[in-house]
Amino acid sequence: MTNRYWSALTTPLIGENPITLQILGICSALAVTTALDTALVMSGAVTCVLALSGASVSMVRRYLPRSVRIIVQITIIASLVIIVDQVLKAFAFEISRRLSVFVGLIVTNCIVLGRAEGFAMRHGVLASTLDGIGNGLGYSFILLLVGAVRELFGHGSLLGVQIFWTTAQGGAFDPLQLMLLPPSAFFIIGGIIWFIRAKRPEQVDRSEFKIRDELQEERR
Amino acid sequence: MAESTIRERPVQALMMVLGVAMVCALLVSVSAVKLRPHYLANLEAYRKAQLESILSALSGTRYAAAAGNLESRVVELDSGRYSERLDAATFDARKAAANPDESMLIPPHRDIAGIKRREKNATVFLARDANGDVELIILPVRGSGYQSPLYGYLALAGDTSTVAALKFYEQGDTPGMGARIQSPSWEALWPGKQVYDDGGALKIGVARGKVTPGSMEASYMVDGISGATRTSQGVHRLLRFWLGEFGFGPYLERVRRGEG
Repeated sequence: MTNRYWSALTTPLIGENPITLQILGICSALAVTTALDTALVMSGAVTCVLALSGASVSMVRRYLPRSVRIIVQITIIASLVIIVDQVLKAFAFEISRRLSVFVGLIVTNCIVLGRAEGFAMRHGVLASTLDGIGNGLGYSFILLLVGAVRELFGHGSLLGVQIFWTTAQGGAFDPLQLMLLPPSAFFIIGGIIWFIRAKRPEQVDRSEFKIRDELQEERR
Repeated sequence: MAESTIRERPVQALMMVLGVAMVCALLVSVSAVKLRPHYLANLEAYRKAQLESILSALSGTRYAAAAGNLESRVVELDSGRYSERLDAATFDARKAAANPDESMLIPPHRDIAGIKRREKNATVFLARDANGDVELIILPVRGSGYQSPLYGYLALAGDTSTVAALKFYEQGDTPGMGARIQSPSWEALWPGKQVYDDGGALKIGVARGKVTPGSMEASYMVDGISGATRTSQGVHRLLRFWLGEFGFGPYLERVRRGEG
């Protein structure tokens, strides 16, 4: 594997992570992370759609009329999402019921259309597939992290296996109700972004304008 | 570039777009047809598991024999009659509840269960004794808990007043608090409670706090779950709704008259 392909796969993990750097795909990251197993299945579904849509869009990219390219991309993505949804309903019924509409909403996940339009339209099939997998893994990494924290502190368990015995079960751990509510995902994702940008200052957005320091100006 | 001239020529562009659409349509159709049997089998198993939850609650009671001998019927809720039109094997009450043609909007002040729409038909399960009299009725009930919908089954004896069991098979309320409506100790409070008083008024429910043992109230009410008042009251209200005139009231009336 050449270096170019390797970097298409690995840079989206942290360096250009779709959630923490580009702040895309936040909606589903809030909704499906109350437990680790739903986060895991959602990650798999998004990664599949990203890889396959990257490959298919890249395949037809030279023949697509400019004016309708977005519609064609969405047609391809929507078809893939329907197929993934049906596979989940057939083989992972219980989880697909808990994910409810969020599998269908992968169509509107900005990461998918963003990679199709931003990368697959200008790169070869192999590179686009790897880029899709890489971005899927970057999304999965954050989702699994948030899912693990929320399930551990909200239910005291991981993947349904009890880690902390809760007070209701006669143990000493009092579950944090906040972890089961959507805002907690914001706090956790915010914390992850802060941590990554503290370690990698090059990811910090340049401020669009500087806030005036009025004290300084008064002293002058 | 040669390629750009190809893709900007209208006829070729149209062919390309149609081609992509055809391939997508083909893939979606094939997967839908091939995977549908798996999906239907899952759905069937899921519904069976829901019913299984109330049947397991009845095993070991005097209703155990009746529970092993159930027939399912679709009831028109407004009239309380059995539906001629719908087959219990294929009728999906949850789908019907979401379909404007198959459900009705509940007037807001009557919507005590907090469900907004009610299906026009519902599937009930019943068992008859050797004389053909109804011995056991299992009714689906649903309502709103603290932060999630509650789905369950209520099993009544043939007199339509004595509770045989109440079991919730789906809820998402707080673990250790509202979720205790699924705990065996709370479920054990229900069998033997009466739905109606001697005058036929709806009395069943969940108390706010503890019920005094031996009091009049104790024949109809169970203890509320401490720390989960909203879930407890959700259960109280959904029982009052589904046993009332907007729920299975007309049907239970017919059963009492021996027309069930």
